[in-house]
Amino acid sequence: MKREIPLIITFIAGTVFVVAYFVPHSPFNRAESLFNDWFAILAAFAIWLGALNLLKICALKVSRRSKDWYLGFVIIVGFFVTVAVGAYDGVVGLSNVPATAFRDPGTNFDWIYRNVYTPLSATMFAMLAFFVASASYRAFRARNFQATLLLLAGFLVMLGRVPVGDLITGFLPPAYQMSQWATWIMDFPQTAGQRAIMIGIALGIISTSLRVILGIERSRLEGE
Amino acid sequence: MYPLRSAALIVVLLVLTGLPLAAQSDIPIDSAVVDSATVDSVAPFPPLPPTNLEAVDVANDAGGALSLSWTLSPDDASLVTKYLILRSSGDGAPFAIIGETTQSQNNFTDNNAGENKDFYYRVVAHGEGDVDTLKLTSQANTSAVVGPTHSTAQWFHWGRLNVLIGLIAVCAAILAYINVAKSGKELYIRKIAGIEAVEDAIGRATEMGRKIFYIPGIMDMDDMQTIASIPILGRVAEIAARNETFLDVPVSRSLVMVTAREAVRDGYARAGRPDAFNEDQVHYLTDDQFGYAAAIDGMVVREKPATIFYMGAFFAESLILAETGNAAGAIQIAGTAMPSQLPFFVTACDYTLIGEELFAASAYLSREPKLLGSLKGQDFGKGLALLAIVLGIILELLDQAYDLGIGFLRILSIE
Repeated sequence: MKREIPLIITFIAGTVFVVAYFVPHSPFNRAESLFNDWFAILAAFAIWLGALNLLKICALKVSRRSKDWYLGFVIIVGFFVTVAVGAYDGVVGLSNVPATAFRDPGTNFDWIYRNVYTPLSATMFAMLAFFVASASYRAFRARNFQATLLLLAGFLVMLGRVPVGDLITGFLPPAYQMSQWATWIMDFPQTAGQRAIMIGIALGIISTSLRVILGIERSRLEGE
Repeated sequence: MYPLRSAALIVVLLVLTGLPLAAQSDIPIDSAVVDSATVDSVAPFPPLPPTNLEAVDVANDAGGALSLSWTLSPDDASLVTKYLILRSSGDGAPFAIIGETTQSQNNFTDNNAGENKDFYYRVVAHGEGDVDTLKLTSQANTSAVVGPTHSTAQWFHWGRLNVLIGLIAVCAAILAYINVAKSGKELYIRKIAGIEAVEDAIGRATEMGRKIFYIPGIMDMDDMQTIASIPILGRVAEIAARNETFLDVPVSRSLVMVTAREAVRDGYARAGRPDAFNEDQVHYLTDDQFGYAAAIDGMVVREKPATIFYMGAFFAESLILAETGNAAGAIQIAGTAMPSQLPFFVTACDYTLIGEELFAASAYLSREPKLLGSLKGQDFGKGLALLAIVLGIILELLDQAYDLGIGFLRILSIE
């Protein structure tokens, strides 16, 4: 039964979703939002599993003085400080008139969010610019025919996207200037390639879904 | 004298009253023949009403919506500022304004029509000076009433009939090939370099005595790419367990952690090493996108893994992760169905499973006949898509050249 029940649930849920795509009538039209609500409830409870697992691993690291144990200590302190500050703001906010929530502007929790969380996230995102530069440098080396084509296409698209592209090709009629080359590359070879990938993905999703719904692909289930 | 005085008085009266009389006689009754500039500057005449008002049930929906369309007022370009939509439930109930459209727009959808409820509609052409709109609804700028009409829910979305036919054909092909595979017939599956390299990549980690990282993306278990990633993780865990190489699986979702643990435990059991499995090797980091990327980057830089797998749904963090792994000298195999992230993985990783290859990987690694059969069915679907594209182009060109008016692209398009 440990395997059969998940298989039955998967089959019913998967079939209902497929039917709901073709049948707009009630109750099928509400199936998607209903299942999404259930998933959100499950995920909300499951978040504690994750949080407790994180704390457990960090606590073990600190207690055993494993390598880089201080990073675990920072995580534990950060976790409890954030939770405590949020709880304090929430309780204090109840006595305000009108009542305020812990995430409202001006709270201590909001201060942590704006001055710790946001800058850290922004820093990680900003690093992307440097990674794009180093990756582009490697990708645009003309090692073979395909890489040379990529280099050429990238060069034309980048130049075509800035005014200097049309300036360089200013002697040509407007329909043949660099920006038009870039548009052509993006509209035709690029779009055709993307669509080919998208068709493959759609078929892959159909195939995987069918395997999961019919119970052919069971490796997500315990005890196989 | 009296007749003279009377005649003079009459002349004076005629002169005095003649101007307004003449002016009144010049004002046209029908506003259609009035110069619009004169009307705007003098007085607000109501525009002519819209005509041919129609109210029909919206097709292929769950009910509750009625679509209205009308012919624009002849004064649309000059006097009309907007159209007011009025609705009544009949039985003497008054008309109430339920919405409005801008000038020159001749359609409106009433999304609050309920199911199987009769309604009557009329549309008012609203002019510049029409301040009291409710009063004006009873005047000449209002269309004829249409109704009763009602909305019903449909049992089949006819706009998706082509999808259903395609889906049935692909599913039938997949099931047929699965049956062929089950009967023992050998099926040819083309080699996929990225999947072929999985075993070598794990072997490299074994030789170097370093760990393997498996990153299942940042989406939850409701994403198809994450679902496709879990069986691959199971196969990777099996090979890693056989090679006695440590597999580290940091995840960003609690439900993924629970599911991934089962897959890894299962992989270790298949390899005959269930005792080597430690559930903390599949561990949660954070739900936050960049927090997750930062944590993995930190671990990669500190622990220098020999091999990293990225299999699942990735967004902006893809290049941050893959470039850090590249700098750490790890052999990297990625697989995702996010077209915008594929170029980053192709650039920074040694092998990349592009789109459909991610979904094929689990079957390919397991070599189970039933799963391989489904891959052949997938290939049949690709052939079908190719045929539809080629036929669609030819038929659409013929349609346009000979003006057949069939619209093949409309038949093939998905609503």
